[in-house]
Amino acid sequence: MNPTELANQATAAAHRALELAEQARRMAEAAAPVAAAAEPFLYLLTIFLLACFVGYHVVWNVTPALHSPLMGVTNAISSVIVVGAILAAGTADGVAARIFGFLAVTLAAVNIFGGFMVTRRMLAMFKKKGS
Amino acid sequence: MGHTLSTLAYLVASVLFILALRGLSHPETSRQGNLFGMIGMGIAIVATLFTKGMGFGGIVLIIAGLGIGGTVGTIVAQRIQMTALPQLVAAFHSLVGMAAVFVAAAAFYAPESFGIGTRGHIKAASLVEMSLGLAIGAITFSGSVIAFAKLAGKMSGAPITFNGQHWLNLGLGLLLLLLVIIFVATGSGVLFWLIAILSFALGFLLIIPIGGADMPVVVSMLNSYSGWAAAGIGFTIGNLLLIVTGALVGASGAILSYIMCKGMNRSIINVLLGGFGSEGGTAAAGADAGDRPPVKAGSPEDAAYMMKNAQKIIVVPGYGMAVAQAQQVLREMADLLKKEGAEIKYAIHPVAGRMPGHMNVLLAEANVPYDEVFELEEINPEFADADVAFVIGANDVTNPAAKTDKSSAIYGMPILDVERAKTVFFIKRGMSSGYAGVENELFYRPNTMMLFGDAKKVTQEIVQALQR
Repeated sequence: MNPTELANQATAAAHRALELAEQARRMAEAAAPVAAAAEPFLYLLTIFLLACFVGYHVVWNVTPALHSPLMGVTNAISSVIVVGAILAAGTADGVAARIFGFLAVTLAAVNIFGGFMVTRRMLAMFKKKGS
Repeated sequence: MGHTLSTLAYLVASVLFILALRGLSHPETSRQGNLFGMIGMGIAIVATLFTKGMGFGGIVLIIAGLGIGGTVGTIVAQRIQMTALPQLVAAFHSLVGMAAVFVAAAAFYAPESFGIGTRGHIKAASLVEMSLGLAIGAITFSGSVIAFAKLAGKMSGAPITFNGQHWLNLGLGLLLLLLVIIFVATGSGVLFWLIAILSFALGFLLIIPIGGADMPVVVSMLNSYSGWAAAGIGFTIGNLLLIVTGALVGASGAILSYIMCKGMNRSIINVLLGGFGSEGGTAAAGADAGDRPPVKAGSPEDAAYMMKNAQKIIVVPGYGMAVAQAQQVLREMADLLKKEGAEIKYAIHPVAGRMPGHMNVLLAEANVPYDEVFELEEINPEFADADVAFVIGANDVTNPAAKTDKSSAIYGMPILDVERAKTVFFIKRGMSSGYAGVENELFYRPNTMMLFGDAKKVTQEIVQALQR
């Protein structure tokens, strides 16, 4: 096989690859709206259900003596809603959304600091015999 | 921060939150768990602050909010008395609910920031998720406000019932569903606020018929709701961390509600329909009151003398102990008795107090070691070889009628078998029946001695007698 022939074959293969890539792109484009509508939700739902199972198993292992601190911790971490509040206060267009974001950040912050602090206070009191 | 990096940070935060809950499986690991929770929250907040498009003004606004809220939260958490813990938790739940409402509103007015469409043209699926987060958040808010008021004594703990209450709630629930459907179809701002107002009303109406001593279930349930609200908002704005955490908290609250209901042998429906305990003490004077043997009342000195000679004493604390603030002096009494050679154990019923685990925290605060405190299943076989059962501020949870009397309102409820102890001391202010409105036949048993008076005062007198 001479070099010219080889080069021609390589060029042809490259063209074919490009064509295929273009086809794949068009297919992906056509499929995107369908996937975008259904997939993220199913994906989030999957994670949600798995997290419910994890929560179920972890919480059954919590000793009943610590059920009050459990409420304190869950109360604090449920304020992770602050993430949504920060996005609103920091990136939203429009005064209304920013104000709502600010109010939500403030309320969630009361909970985060208050929840973790009060839990810490509770847990510090649980002592063993003789300690 | 790039999308991949923030997603990774959220994943780390989720794992840390799971570890925070996992730490609570034992008091020794719990403090570390709480620390994991704080770190997780810190990572989540910092990662979000680095989101693309975050301006300087926005950051100032956020820091201001965090500063104000953080200061208030820290001060409240430092100052709160442990007996007031249930109402504090209820108040905190209401804030999560309100924050969910505000975030839903922000997402509605600036959908572009959350990638769910443009103003007035939000995707239908997002509107469904948004109304879920909004409605659950609003119900959590107003429900928790009522729970707070009842627990803090700012309103009567008695159930508030009226004719057609359940039909009204059902009707409002259906109306809410209808409003959500119209909201999703039209995307109207008026509908958004109508849903919010109706949900506030519904949360209020759902909690008012529930009596004070059923509050452990209500607080657990609102805990669960606050989680579902966070998850709902997570679906709306497509945030993994919110969804995972919401699911964890939702599951936790649901399990606690289940444990509390089982501790009373009542279904969650029965608790939620409310009206329980409305009879107060009217059922106390039963038809057969005439042929009761007389009640044996004793003095603190008698009790001190008998306990001095006891080998094994099991203390059964209830909400009355918390009300009288008697936990500290109770521990002093236990210390003196230990010096006399007695073995002291504490028996905790699952629904003692006004929130799950309430008694354990109060005893821990009074420096009672946690390895002297036992759950119902662990301690029940031990009453038979106890010399004294010392019941302080508990009533219904010791009533043997729960085991024998099928007609009793508390039949089937697991109880502490205090009647098997050689002697039972009951500290009580009077002969009134407990929350369930059922008379406790234990008061009339020959091995029971009533110590009438305030829990703290009586225990103090026992301590003085022991010191003599």
